[in-house]
Amino acid sequence: MLTELEKQIVRELQKGLPLVSRPYLDIARRIGLTENELMNKINEMISNGIIRRFGAAVRHQKLGYTANAMVVWDVPEDRVETTGRQLAGFPEVTHCYQRPRRPGWPYTLFTVIHGHTREQCEQLAAAMAAKIGLTNYMLLFSTTELKKSSMQYFID
Amino acid sequence: MSFDQTDKQLLQIIQSNFPVTQRPYEAIGKQLGISEQEVLDRIKRLQQTGIIRRLGGLFDSRKIGYTGTLSALRVPEADVDRVSQIINSYPGVTHNYLRNHHYNMWFTLLAQSEQQINSILNEIKQKTGLEDLLNLPAINIFKVRVNFNLSEVRHAD
Repeated sequence: MLTELEKQIVRELQKGLPLVSRPYLDIARRIGLTENELMNKINEMISNGIIRRFGAAVRHQKLGYTANAMVVWDVPEDRVETTGRQLAGFPEVTHCYQRPRRPGWPYTLFTVIHGHTREQCEQLAAAMAAKIGLTNYMLLFSTTELKKSSMQYFID
Repeated sequence: MSFDQTDKQLLQIIQSNFPVTQRPYEAIGKQLGISEQEVLDRIKRLQQTGIIRRLGGLFDSRKIGYTGTLSALRVPEADVDRVSQIINSYPGVTHNYLRNHHYNMWFTLLAQSEQQINSILNEIKQKTGLEDLLNLPAINIFKVRVNFNLSEVRHAD
């Protein structure tokens, strides 16, 4: 679990890095740390994985990658481990998760892929399926973004 | 919306491994051959045009004590707005999309415990009056790399 100091650092960092010459000094002052103490703490949180990635979150659609597809794959239990790793190996796949089967919902692997168009996503999924030897899969396209926000941790 | 080669390189640099030094924007400027001020101006513009959604840490929700799930609902067309407002009202819901399937509303939910997740999902069922909700928590994570490498992506064309 996080210490209270680490939670405070998360609260401040999730507001975004200020666009000033010395952003860490600015944040350190808010928390009552020296600039160096804060920078060391951030590096520590990066190396232990609490900060998974430190940088800019880019909105892909604006860069012409307008189509993102969630591809769901019906993969039998005994093949899900190896197949998950294979699917994760494709650079166009940005997320790959295993999720439970539910009645009327047989899909065990979920991948998110990006392309310029839906057709491109469909071609990509077909190429991945052929390469791995999968036949039962489906592409779910996002038609409307109802909410997209960054999680605000330790607020309530 | 002007978006030139330097912007693309800037994005490539700052998407991950943002410098943790006293003057990070100056350090970035040196890599691009532009001034600290120009880096600040470009980032500001990329934020205003929405290309940069956020500049800071992307946290591992599990490592900081949170748990999450992906859920899907079958929402009749007429109820989409009403149901979407109910779901979006929860701060732990960070993403909510309509998708082309009879399970048409897909949302992610983060909370500090399994109990909280389950009570929120039950509350959502109650408030929306919809029973058919798929709860699909991640059992295994093979890849979660939001860092979209602009150059690395090959297209099957």
